[in-house]
Amino acid sequence: MSETSFGASPKRKEDPDLLTGRGRFVDDIVLPDMYAAAFVRSPLAHARIKSIDTKAALAMPGVHAVISYHDLPATLRKRRLPLFVPHPTLTPRMQNALAKEEVCYVGEPVAVVVADNRYLAEDALQLVDVDYEPLAAVSDCKAGARPDAPRAHLDLESNIASRMLSSVGDIEGAFRDAEHVFREEIFQHRGGAFFMECRGVIANYDVAEGALLIYVSSQGAHRIKRALLDLFDLSDTQVRVVTPDVGGGFGPKGSFYAEYAVIAACAMMLGHPVKWIEDRRENFVATHQERDQYWDVEIAVDDAARIRGLRGTLTHDNGAYTPWGIVLPWISVATVPGPYVVPAYHLEMRSVLTNKVMATPVRGAGRPEGVVVMERLMDRVAREFKLDPAEVRRRNFIQPSQMPYNVGVVFRDGRKVVYDSGDYPACQAAALQTIDYDTFRKRQAEARQQGRYIGIGIGNAVEGTGLGPYEGAAVKVATNGRITVSTGATPQGQSHKTTLAQIAADQFGVPIDAIRVETGDTSKISQGIGTFAARTAVNAGSSVHLASVKVAAKAKAIAAKLLDVREEDLELRDGYVQLAAIPGSSGAASDNARQMRKSLAELAVVAAGMPGFAMQDGAEPGLESTAYFTATQSTYANGTAVVEVEVDIETGRVTILRLILTHDCGRLINPMVVDGQVMGGVAHAIGNALFERMLFDDQAQPLSTNFGEYLLPLATDVPRIEIVHQETPSPLNPLGIKGAGESGTIPTIAPIVAAVEDALSPFGVKILETPITPQRIVELLGDAALGRTR
Amino acid sequence: MSDTRNIAVVVNGKSYERTVDTRRTLGDFLRLDLGLTGTHFGCEHGACGACTVRVDGIAVRSCLMLAVQANEKSVQTVEDLAKGDSLSPLQQSFHDRHALQCGFCTPGILMTMTEFLEENPAPSEAEVRDALSGNICRCTGYQNIVDAVLLAADTMRKTQDAV
Amino acid sequence: MKPAHFTYHDPAAIADVLALLGEHEDSRLLAGGQSLMPMMNFRFVQPAHLIDLNRVKELGFIRADADTLAFGAMTRQRQIQRDASIRQSCPIMIEALSHVGHRQTRARGTIGGSISHFDPSAELCNMAVLHDAQFVLARKGSRRTLGFDQFARGYMSTAIEPDEMLQEIHLHRWAKPQGFAFEEFAMRHGDFAICAVSCLVTLSGSGAIDALAIAISGVAPIPQRLRNFETAARGQMPDHTLYREAALQAAAIEAMSDAYTTADYRRHLARVLTYRAVEKAAARFKSQGMT
Repeated sequence: MSETSFGASPKRKEDPDLLTGRGRFVDDIVLPDMYAAAFVRSPLAHARIKSIDTKAALAMPGVHAVISYHDLPATLRKRRLPLFVPHPTLTPRMQNALAKEEVCYVGEPVAVVVADNRYLAEDALQLVDVDYEPLAAVSDCKAGARPDAPRAHLDLESNIASRMLSSVGDIEGAFRDAEHVFREEIFQHRGGAFFMECRGVIANYDVAEGALLIYVSSQGAHRIKRALLDLFDLSDTQVRVVTPDVGGGFGPKGSFYAEYAVIAACAMMLGHPVKWIEDRRENFVATHQERDQYWDVEIAVDDAARIRGLRGTLTHDNGAYTPWGIVLPWISVATVPGPYVVPAYHLEMRSVLTNKVMATPVRGAGRPEGVVVMERLMDRVAREFKLDPAEVRRRNFIQPSQMPYNVGVVFRDGRKVVYDSGDYPACQAAALQTIDYDTFRKRQAEARQQGRYIGIGIGNAVEGTGLGPYEGAAVKVATNGRITVSTGATPQGQSHKTTLAQIAADQFGVPIDAIRVETGDTSKISQGIGTFAARTAVNAGSSVHLASVKVAAKAKAIAAKLLDVREEDLELRDGYVQLAAIPGSSGAASDNARQMRKSLAELAVVAAGMPGFAMQDGAEPGLESTAYFTATQSTYANGTAVVEVEVDIETGRVTILRLILTHDCGRLINPMVVDGQVMGGVAHAIGNALFERMLFDDQAQPLSTNFGEYLLPLATDVPRIEIVHQETPSPLNPLGIKGAGESGTIPTIAPIVAAVEDALSPFGVKILETPITPQRIVELLGDAALGRTR
Repeated sequence: MSDTRNIAVVVNGKSYERTVDTRRTLGDFLRLDLGLTGTHFGCEHGACGACTVRVDGIAVRSCLMLAVQANEKSVQTVEDLAKGDSLSPLQQSFHDRHALQCGFCTPGILMTMTEFLEENPAPSEAEVRDALSGNICRCTGYQNIVDAVLLAADTMRKTQDAV
Repeated sequence: MKPAHFTYHDPAAIADVLALLGEHEDSRLLAGGQSLMPMMNFRFVQPAHLIDLNRVKELGFIRADADTLAFGAMTRQRQIQRDASIRQSCPIMIEALSHVGHRQTRARGTIGGSISHFDPSAELCNMAVLHDAQFVLARKGSRRTLGFDQFARGYMSTAIEPDEMLQEIHLHRWAKPQGFAFEEFAMRHGDFAICAVSCLVTLSGSGAIDALAIAISGVAPIPQRLRNFETAARGQMPDHTLYREAALQAAAIEAMSDAYTTADYRRHLARVLTYRAVEKAAARFKSQGMT
């Protein structure tokens, strides 16, 4: 067999193990004589550590170590966690592996207990006595930006970690001459990723080999390794990081956390493997989150509702340290213009340190926030002009004929945002047609007659995907003919082992089960970045393609010499290189063709060389190739979400009636996988729009600390999602693909909010916050919410 | 200091006798004492359903049961659903409908919905979603899971009819 | 999140439970575990002794008498939900139970466990106050029976003494036909009710109200009846004016406030859900005979 695999939807290679309980997540890994760790964490958002008394904990049977900052090896005390994304505007603030004298967020690691098992470790935790002197804490980022605010760290002159300006065109001119200017203040609330598998790490240090082995639930094994090399100054071959099966990542597992350094140190100090598995209580306070964001923005439009300019400020809650620099708010700022022509843009961003756990990219990575801002402004324009919101957007779209389109804003990849391809008007049109938009106002009026309030909202988004710098693939045919693809891509459910196999399978003419894909293991490929930001299909996919093409070509070259035929007449099929079938041939001709073939094993053996013989033509040994596809820039996918909701004005409950997503991520490797990613992303958007509120008090004490308080969407909260695909191939990579991992989330929060507002338009309600909760809706409705009880 | 008990429990058809700490949760007993790591902990406070197993046929959260409470009972975990290389109808339909991505929540969902389908051979979509509401998934958005359950119901009814 | 050490007891008879309770002051009773185990996993509670009730068979029963529905404290929510006699005599209970957590919760959760825990948002606590529940409490050597108002002390606080256990719950059985409604608002299916209003009503031949009970939970620290209104409503016709009056009474009750939910919103929900509950219960009564 072998049809083209790219574009097909074969069932996943990952499934059989995962379905039968044979998945291998970090906590499933048991090493001999392994210890278990638990962390002492700060209960206060800001405090000085006066003393730590570990005597009682150490004396507990089964406890092997209790380590605080001063017990750490010198290498961890003379440096802080590394910053990988510096920026000239950023005054960085990085963490120590364990808090030294000051704790700056609830959950900050202060000490670690290592014991025989987790039960005992938690017992010992209760015996560690830390004396804290509470300090004033910064909770709200806007308040924290004021000059008289308490400092999030005692030695800070200012809580503002970065001020960055994004400026395009003549903003003064745009607003000076503007016929209409509208202003909005929008608040987007903190939230988190809440993967089902909490974080975890196992460290094993082999003294004899001087080798550190790390198993970690991550989104990038190589970046974890890079941080460990920085911190421990070991040689490249002394550190191996392996990421096994990962139960969801969504961004925060892409960070390097203090706990990983501490556990590695413990393993080295104790001579035993040490495992630390985050429990959900820790996850609520110690895993990175996203947002708050305060936006204060103005849009200037002409008499035809065309945008002349957009300006304003973003105040962003960074949390206590800066592990991701200003990447997150920067992405938000760069995303605001979206698919619209914005001739002038001027956005001042301040990223503010607060005494909360750090804000780093979570699914969408700041893009949904930018979309919410632009789409709320577009809806405002529509309302002021009494125009159909779809029409306002139509008047402002960048047209396909304008591609490639230079937005002018600089993106986090250091380059100007240049949309390479996409048909935004068609994308919106397709979504509107699918939801029967033209009849909606009539349906809305009929519903109001019956005392029902339905509304509709539109969200358009353009998303930078396929972010650089690269993701490599090493494709190798072993001397027994087995084909392996190794990549630094580190999946958490994105089906890389299937999709990357599909790409390789096409070059080798084999079924996908004949390709073994290895991910997230630093020993299997030299360089890697990781799986986040919808980058793997583009980067790793392209690399797999390029490397497979090279290997196939080499196989043909060797076979051609051995068979004395022309390379062009050969094809790869089912583990052989053979004469391509001549159409219509059969019988003796095709029998003959069958003799004229070489197995991949034979060819690999030839490529491996024979002791004592020179390599043919000085060829490089091995039937293998490593490719690092380097994207020249991000490739831009786009999508439109249109949502219809019903609001119960007496309770404020929002029910999503229909949700359409039109989506263009270029060519699809595996449509089934893409749809799955989109649907999953939509669920995140629903959570962000309607349910997820991470609350802190005014001393930055987390108030949302379990799944009864912080609400994730359930099967009864997510409607059926209708996906319409468009395909504008990317011109920027050999396969024409764009990223899809976040595309369900990015355009979808804004239209949910817009639809609620539209449903409540008879009452003049404006919604400028996310999430929008039933309680808030009732507050905004005032007396109207009394309904029949008025 | 630790309080222990001897328990006799049948897990996936096999009898075990063990001495356990009385505070050991059933989920930890399965994972740590028996090496059955297919059952996962997602929250340990009864909200996410990832740890769901069947005790005497009834789907329960194994993070909220103690191992000692399984004494003289029969426990089934995800490892028992397939027969050799043959996936159960529900497992097969999960595979057919791409009802899992990272796979972490999947065992708990399989156990919950296997019980549900035994009691509800012809469920509506609403009933499926209701039954699924005690299991959180962060990857799939639930739709393919719902479709897989409906497909499995269909498949099993057809097999029944054919019998 | 692993529990702290405890000494575990699994008695098989009520008498043994009571003896243990009498002997060990720092102890907790383990019923379904759906509320207690999370607290123990979080180490919010760390009892020295854990007395497991799950082997005490005599604590699990459902008995429908002429005037009373009697439940053993360890009766599983799942069992009540599937019980034909309850479905027949007390359909509102079945409806209320469909909101209690999820199927895994109800598989282990018990009526006694929920009521002893006395979370004001718990649907079974609503059912208890709605049905003028009587609670049989037992300690070593004695039993006593308390009505709801004596049993309820405050927020998550009952009259159960440290050496006592809740043994049985008796609900006053309403005669058929009865109109009933259970209106709950929770953020998601299975979440604790931010507000739930239940209503039982019977109408006389003229269509006027003969008997009425309205219970509101999730709003005040203790689930509430609207007794004054219930009395005043007798003989009145169920119509918009009445529903609205009930709603206004509901809006006046004491309301809790927390970081997530304001007192105002709770009272607002009490108001709108009470209207709906009474309206629906009356309509259901009128449509008796159509299942």
